[in-house]
Amino acid sequence: MTTLDSTVDYDVLIPNNVALASDARVRRGLERWHPGYIDWWMDMGPDGFQTSDVYLRTAVRVESKGADKWAVFDYVKMPDYRWGILLAPQAEDRKIPFGRHVGEPAWQEVPGEYRAMLRRLIVIQGDTEPASVEQQRFLGKTAPSLYDMRNLFQVNVEEGRHLWAMVYLLQKYFGRDGREEAGELLRRRSGSDDAPRMLGAFNEETPDWLSFFLFTFFTDRDGKMQLESLAQSGFDPLSRTCRFMLTEEAFHMFVGESGVTRIVQRTCEAMREAGLDDPTDIEAVRALGVIDLPTIQKKVNLHYSLTLDLFGSELSTNSANFFNAGLKGRFREHRLEDDHRLLDDTYGIPEPAKGAAGVNGGWQIVQHPALNALNARLRDDFTADCNLGVGRWNKAISQTGFDFAITLPHVAFHRQIGVYRDLHATPAGELISEDAWTAQRGEWLPDDSDRAFIESLMKPEFRPGHYASWIAEPRIRINHKPGDFEWVKLAEA
Amino acid sequence: MSKQATADGPSGHQAGETVGEEPLDFRTHPDRYRHWQLRIEPPLAFLTLEVDEQAGLRPGYQLKQNSYDLGVDFELYDATQRLRFEHPEVHAVVLRSDRDRIFCAGANIGMLGSSSHQLKVNFCKFTNETRLAIEDACQHSGQRYLCAVRGTAAGGGYELALACDRILLADDGSSAVSLPEVPLLGVLPGTGGLTRLLDKRRVRRDRADLFCTLEEGVKGRRAVAWNLVDELLPRSSFDDGAKAHALELAGSSDRPSEPGGAVWPEIAPKPETDSILYTTLRIDFDRALGTARLTVRGPTGPAPADASEALAGSAGFWPLVLARELDDALLHLRLNETRIGQLVIESAGDLVAVAAFDAFLHREWEHWFVREVLLYWKRVLKRLDLTARSVFTLIAPGSCFAGLLLELALASDRAYMFEGESEDGEPAPCIQLGELNFGAFPTPNGLSRIETRFLGREDNIDSLRALIGTPLEAADAEEAGLVTEVLDDLDWEDEVRIALEERASFSPDALTALEANLRFPGPETLESKIFGRLSAWQNWIFQRPNAVGEEGALRLYGTGRRPRFDSERI
Repeated sequence: MTTLDSTVDYDVLIPNNVALASDARVRRGLERWHPGYIDWWMDMGPDGFQTSDVYLRTAVRVESKGADKWAVFDYVKMPDYRWGILLAPQAEDRKIPFGRHVGEPAWQEVPGEYRAMLRRLIVIQGDTEPASVEQQRFLGKTAPSLYDMRNLFQVNVEEGRHLWAMVYLLQKYFGRDGREEAGELLRRRSGSDDAPRMLGAFNEETPDWLSFFLFTFFTDRDGKMQLESLAQSGFDPLSRTCRFMLTEEAFHMFVGESGVTRIVQRTCEAMREAGLDDPTDIEAVRALGVIDLPTIQKKVNLHYSLTLDLFGSELSTNSANFFNAGLKGRFREHRLEDDHRLLDDTYGIPEPAKGAAGVNGGWQIVQHPALNALNARLRDDFTADCNLGVGRWNKAISQTGFDFAITLPHVAFHRQIGVYRDLHATPAGELISEDAWTAQRGEWLPDDSDRAFIESLMKPEFRPGHYASWIAEPRIRINHKPGDFEWVKLAEA
Repeated sequence: MSKQATADGPSGHQAGETVGEEPLDFRTHPDRYRHWQLRIEPPLAFLTLEVDEQAGLRPGYQLKQNSYDLGVDFELYDATQRLRFEHPEVHAVVLRSDRDRIFCAGANIGMLGSSSHQLKVNFCKFTNETRLAIEDACQHSGQRYLCAVRGTAAGGGYELALACDRILLADDGSSAVSLPEVPLLGVLPGTGGLTRLLDKRRVRRDRADLFCTLEEGVKGRRAVAWNLVDELLPRSSFDDGAKAHALELAGSSDRPSEPGGAVWPEIAPKPETDSILYTTLRIDFDRALGTARLTVRGPTGPAPADASEALAGSAGFWPLVLARELDDALLHLRLNETRIGQLVIESAGDLVAVAAFDAFLHREWEHWFVREVLLYWKRVLKRLDLTARSVFTLIAPGSCFAGLLLELALASDRAYMFEGESEDGEPAPCIQLGELNFGAFPTPNGLSRIETRFLGREDNIDSLRALIGTPLEAADAEEAGLVTEVLDDLDWEDEVRIALEERASFSPDALTALEANLRFPGPETLESKIFGRLSAWQNWIFQRPNAVGEEGALRLYGTGRRPRFDSERI
């Protein structure tokens, strides 16, 4: 670990801790890419708030050292945000932690035989970063508070920086093809007919704030899982990049989890104030101007199942290749105690019991070669991670004395990709006919009336210290600022 | 030998079928397609690939990512045939897929990895024949093919596109074409990929070299610049754009604009213990000798007055029925009778009646339907050329090898002709040349079988032309160089028996290679390169440990394990 590694050079166009000043080729490449990025941000970034002053966190070093925190807070106009290239410090003598090269020194340059695979991993990860900014660009206008608006923008600028991180890797290590891919990352657009983003969930709209919080809770958590497994990579620059990205990603998890908690909390408080006992009396609850718990459950079902698809097919050749090559590991690989090769291991995946197609014959765990089942394994780790947060939501409910629990639906529910794709499972995991499933769809997933109701609540609340009717004030605020702090100074208030 | 076969024990095989496996059924109908959807919208047709993952021909693999096995290609072949014959009003065909990110991932690797060598070779041969048939339709039938690639066309998926007249690619930053066989699988793009890249699309060889090692392929402007595709289309107007291109292609067609195609009844041969009975053909097996005797029956009635009459009676139009039945028989023999090493072709019927049909086809060839029948005969004869079996024709009393039927004898490795009257007084057999023998049925080397037989001897061919329409007895046929051996009553049975027994005793591998070399002298064509150079190298790779050994690339693909290569260059 060197000083060079942990301080960021901000006296240049592109802040960095990778000695960009002495790497003319990559610096020129990134400087050429930079205007396109700014154009993209102005076109596709938060709509209507580009000239507002936002109280943002900016990374200044890649790790805190005593009183010197890794980030500073200040008012920034988003287009002036100091996007840069920050890699976690290089660990001395790092070894490849898994796969066929386990124990060999980590690669500091791209190994020729894995070039295509690595590039693909980085492009797919990179494509998700700007996508969520695009999906969320209209949310500022209906923010339930300046505090939430600021958090949205913080998430957005950091996704922008994560794009920079991936683009740096492409430009630095993948030559002309890498530069082309870096350009393509700006060309593809979420939901575009001509050039959509690569993964399905990133072409879905994020139409309201409940969706935003669930997106950051579930979908950004998929991002976290992917980054965790890439942070294990034998390709050291990728590992270091992802390790630092995880520092920022933690905030996104916090926004999602606390956002939903505050919604649930507000709903329960309103029910109690109104003397309502039955959380499933949807009409009565909605009349209070809060979001009823059954609708939140439906939204959970939707976002969770869409996110599961992002893990890819449960059984995958690519994931097997990535792992065996030492490019993408498992969640917290370093804490797992096995041979880290998995050549002869198996992993169990729930599949419909034999002879039970279309009817409820129950589930059986089928063992598959562990290398091929890595997507399923990461997905299971994801589910466990989600359940910790869901537990906190339920605590907020039970603390107010209501008997209602939010649950994650069965892994086979509402899936478009992988081994469950052609099944019709209820959230409880019961297999039913397609007709029966379609008939009950509205009980499990939000329908037009649910969406219309949620949309009706999306009224902006831009007064400092005020919050919309359907969401509670946060108990802990960013950087310990006072309750009436002006998180965003609106340019045209 | 397939895994199943090894498990069942060596060569204690049932008569007939490949050991331990159900015979492959290649007959199908659009109502029964599992993988393709055929939509007719004159003057266009749309063939949409949507492979049913679970509907592989054999157990043990899933057809993920719109990948294909023989079952998928049987449907494609059926569709291309029906489009030619049943739909004269279709002037251009659009190959497409509605899958989100994948057009077609090519041949299924699980299938290839678990298939016997024999099945791999036959799979490649059949898929190659179908793609060449698509090109034949483009060049000769006025039915043009266009491939609309949205998503990734990888390996065999791109090779399918290469067989089309025009390739369109979605310009969405992700859709790409690729030939990743070498880096991913340790084999070649063997369904014409390498050959078409250079000889058809004239891609520069160094770029082709680069392209064939780029796992992820090439997309967008570079794909156009390298001529890997013809044009880019925006994703939002992709289907409309493809349709406009197809309509432009359709504009050059000389096919009729009205529907009213041929009738295409199902082929339903009757299997008996050691025979298969078609209507114009029968097969008799001598399994001990590894021989199948194909007896072709001549027409039972006169040739139609004109092409419309032939079309009206298409279900029973002798040349078409025979072509279909021969085609069916050859596919069955190749795929399901792998222990039958010799095909003996005979015929029974009236030489004059066959000659009349021959003359009719020659006279009416400008009619789309007659043209299709002739083109089909050309393809069936090529199928015979490319069948890895020794082919002997026996020209015996009562036979009718005139014109297009004589072509079967010319396609054979040897032809034996009976000289003189038979013991029971049947008249001496004759053969007869027709106009069609002089160019209607080129072999894969682009020459007629007469030209191939008398390579570079124009004078010889001219003197043969003079014999058109003249019945030739054995001595004349031998003098004209049209038969291999002439045998009289005394020698016929013994000589034929000995020839077959001797043939059956040789190494089948050496025979396959010998025949494949001797059948195609003269110039190279795209087609001959595909079946010669490309297939031969591919089939060599298919035998090598680097591909199919325990740690070979093909065997390990999908497991995540890296293949271990023996680095010795041969």
